[in-house]
Amino acid sequence: MIRTVSTEEITKHIREMCIEANHYLSPDMDQALKHAQDTEQSVLGKKILNQLQENLAIAGQEMIPICQDTGMAVIFAEIGQEVHLEGGFLEDAINEGVRQGYADGFLRKSVVSDPILRENTKDNTPAVIHYSIVKGDKVKLTLAPKGFGSENMSRVFMLKPADGIEGVKEAILTAVKDAGPNACPPMVIGVGIGGTFEKCALLAKYALTRPVDEPSSIPYVKELEQEMLQKVNRLGIGPGGLGGTTTALAVNINTYPTHIAGLPVAVNICCHVNRHVVRTI
Amino acid sequence: MDKHISTPITAEITKGLHAGDYVYISGTIYVARDAAHKRLAEMLDEVETALTQEERETLKRGEPVKKITDALPFPLENAAIYYMGPSPARAGRPIGSAGPTTASRMDRYAPRLLDLGQKAMIGKGKRTQEVVDAMIRNHAVYFAAVGGAGALLSKCITHSELVCYGDLGAEAVLKLQVEEFPVIVVIDSEGNNLYETAIQEYAQI
Repeated sequence: MIRTVSTEEITKHIREMCIEANHYLSPDMDQALKHAQDTEQSVLGKKILNQLQENLAIAGQEMIPICQDTGMAVIFAEIGQEVHLEGGFLEDAINEGVRQGYADGFLRKSVVSDPILRENTKDNTPAVIHYSIVKGDKVKLTLAPKGFGSENMSRVFMLKPADGIEGVKEAILTAVKDAGPNACPPMVIGVGIGGTFEKCALLAKYALTRPVDEPSSIPYVKELEQEMLQKVNRLGIGPGGLGGTTTALAVNINTYPTHIAGLPVAVNICCHVNRHVVRTI
Repeated sequence: MDKHISTPITAEITKGLHAGDYVYISGTIYVARDAAHKRLAEMLDEVETALTQEERETLKRGEPVKKITDALPFPLENAAIYYMGPSPARAGRPIGSAGPTTASRMDRYAPRLLDLGQKAMIGKGKRTQEVVDAMIRNHAVYFAAVGGAGALLSKCITHSELVCYGDLGAEAVLKLQVEEFPVIVVIDSEGNNLYETAIQEYAQI
């Protein structure tokens, strides 16, 4: 059965999601930050985690964005193949939602129209949109505004098959060590393993939208996530990069089949303001 | 150690600050980030090409040159520059969310501004050796504010006004009044670096 969804409705949801994501963290992130307050060993680190809690409270109560870098809007649009979209062009509808959300929510406009000419578009569009056609008759929208302090510290490694899982571990540790204080730790680390050059980057980005308390369903990947979280937290970087035992809140890893000759690995680092809002229409 | 300081930030003040100190700043600070630094540098390039031989030598000695001081949009002597681009203010608030941005993107420009009298930088993240050398040479400090705590830091800002480059939007130069604005000395005027020492303390691998 074909189900009709209006693109106007999509605009309305994206607008609300932009505002929600920038003022409230999801319950899993909230929980992870509170847990870190209990376990952090450094006195200064604890003080910073307390400030982050205070910051979240102010953000929600007074509607001041959690972070001034309200990000470039990254949107995963998963569209059921039985959905018929009615109204204007989908991409325009999504960008209109971003435009309205960033204006009405007093969010920062951080997008420039060209990477070299660098003129601000003044409405935070265009968004970065990843479409996929899925089974069913629903539209699932995931909005993840991405700040660039941490985005700039993200990496792609084209490893050799012989590098194996040890190579993957080394790549993750290298990216986190290089990021250090720049990525606003405690961070969330999204990792993509496999696919092609661009597929692994997309896997890593999508991994960041998975709740931090939800491990991978693949047993060895789940183990790798836990091991890497421990290893990363032994680096000593700590909250704010000022030393401590909480460098990351979670390592989320997604995998995909790859070529006999390759082992692509992407590490997409996100700060503690790991924003994601999901809605299904 | 907790310390409370007021602007202007003189060499007297910076000499008493050490990596690891928790500092509350009150007074006036200026806001500039990537695009504003680029414009400042371009403006300085232009002014410097028009200097006389005598003025060039004065500049080399680290003494003020009137042509440069007059051209600057705000006084750099003993100034603190906050690397930041705020979100828009809601009605009744001086500013929106206002946390630090990554300082390393300003590394290319910072030594020149430090040589012209700037005494404090507020940002987050690592700096290059060139910046640290310029800090030591000029008795300057680098403070980190907590990255991603923009709502909390916004509450310590009581007034904000545009200084210049309004067309840059979130990257315009602003003059802020702050009260007990919380920062941590990461690199002090002797070059001691908290990022390096504190991480070693907790590193287990």
